[in-house]
Amino acid sequence: MPLENEFVAKLKAKFGDAIREAWIDRKQSILVVELRDLLTLARYFRDEEKYDFLTDLTAVDWPKREKRFDVVWNLYSFAKNERLRLKAHAAENENVPSVTGIWPVANWMEREAYDMFGIRFEGHPDLRRILLPDEWQGFPLRKDYDILKQDQDWVRENLGIESGQ
Amino acid sequence: MADTYIERMPGVSSTVLGADEIILNMGPQHPSTHGVLRVKLKLDGERVVDSECIIGYLHRGVEKIAEHRSYQQFAPYVDRMDYVAAVSNGLGYCEAVEKLLGAEAPPRARVVRTILTELQRIASHLVWLGTHALDIGALTPVFYCFREREEILKIFEKYCGARLTTHAFRIGGLQYETYDGLEEEVKRFCVDFEHKIDEYSTLLTENRIWVGRTKGVGKLSAEDAIALGVSGPVLRASGVPWDIRKAMPYAAYDQFKFEIPIAQSGDTYDRYIVRMEEMRQSRLICLQAIENIPVGPIMARIGKVLKPPPGEVYHSIEAPKGELGYYIVSDGSTQPYRVRVRPPSFINLQAFDRMARGSLVADVVAIIGTIDIVLGEVDR
Repeated sequence: MPLENEFVAKLKAKFGDAIREAWIDRKQSILVVELRDLLTLARYFRDEEKYDFLTDLTAVDWPKREKRFDVVWNLYSFAKNERLRLKAHAAENENVPSVTGIWPVANWMEREAYDMFGIRFEGHPDLRRILLPDEWQGFPLRKDYDILKQDQDWVRENLGIESGQ
Repeated sequence: MADTYIERMPGVSSTVLGADEIILNMGPQHPSTHGVLRVKLKLDGERVVDSECIIGYLHRGVEKIAEHRSYQQFAPYVDRMDYVAAVSNGLGYCEAVEKLLGAEAPPRARVVRTILTELQRIASHLVWLGTHALDIGALTPVFYCFREREEILKIFEKYCGARLTTHAFRIGGLQYETYDGLEEEVKRFCVDFEHKIDEYSTLLTENRIWVGRTKGVGKLSAEDAIALGVSGPVLRASGVPWDIRKAMPYAAYDQFKFEIPIAQSGDTYDRYIVRMEEMRQSRLICLQAIENIPVGPIMARIGKVLKPPPGEVYHSIEAPKGELGYYIVSDGSTQPYRVRVRPPSFINLQAFDRMARGSLVADVVAIIGTIDIVLGEVDR
């Protein structure tokens, strides 16, 4: 359901079309924002609106869409005891600005999003795979990654077995 | 001469080692790393100059599997993430899906869930205490802790048939009615347990060796803790009074009176004190809850085939390790479109580097123990 309240009105007045949409789903507020304005918005949310805790940073793959990835930032404010979700659409080879300078916790979370989806975060101090071996080919959580046709080479070389035995 | 030892180590700063520096590998196989965790330490003598945690040895692709299972079929998988506190994982997942469906578990189910989750919190903290003390060198507490944990696991086994990966809850409520004698056994355990926590306290709290090994070790300030996204007892020991059971109550926590222990200095000793007090508070919650479990149905009417309307939800609970969150996206079919688990151990482990810099190698073991990680949850 679309969300219209004074908070959203204030944001739209301040940032204009950087805030593309505002939804409320199961009583949780979601803002869809423009990727290029992400850092400005993130800094604003952390400093002015006191969302000082980045709870979670993840991505969802919608392969049929032109900009296939939904990068999701779940924020929490200790002072207001409220959650807020920010989303931005990113294309497959588009660079997403990294928020590690704003919330240092994003470091490993962005590495995991890179590892699982292949999303490159610009400005990340050390973007490399975190859960999978460094030489792994492919990005597992993408919808076109088949579990059975996964990276046989790494498994064959390193474990000496055929994957899927 | 130092040039012959150039090693490219992304993540550990400076590719050139000084004349006294070595890189020590605490490999994935190590008795003190609580699982398959690899820690690369750059040492100057015995001081840690830099460190890097390498994880992923237990990655099982749980989030990918979730996209190919129905909501109920996925429930046993979540137990295997934090295998020490399986009941909490199940509670978080079932409540997240219930939020997605717009359903609510009936009052009786909520209270029984609270009792079992608090017992699980005590069990998880007992494992933490036993293994943490064992890593530091106190060999006795682990036996006592596991003796108490045995009582809790017996209760779980009588309730749902399994000790460790319990799958105790179902989406919409509970599968099994409480067995005759559950209330008496929980009460007997809780009444005995107070004396037992005092025993552990006598062994450790004012022990000169324990205090010497844990005070001042692995300090994390409140600002650092918030910036690094740390949650759970580690955050509370740094002075931030935040507990999801009080801030955003779930299950039946808003019906019971309990305190949230906070400490100020954020070192290993404070985290020990916070967790010990949390065990006492969990015991109080259990005692209050078993006094009057409401009568009524244990399962909500949601049907056998679950097809939540398209949308998404984020729900988190206060697991023993920290904030365990589930972000579930539904596209209207019987299988979730995306399940993201926000793992407290993974995010708390990120703070390891900040805590371990400047400390001695012996403190590294204490710090890994005090963050309380379970590799199943770190790697999923």
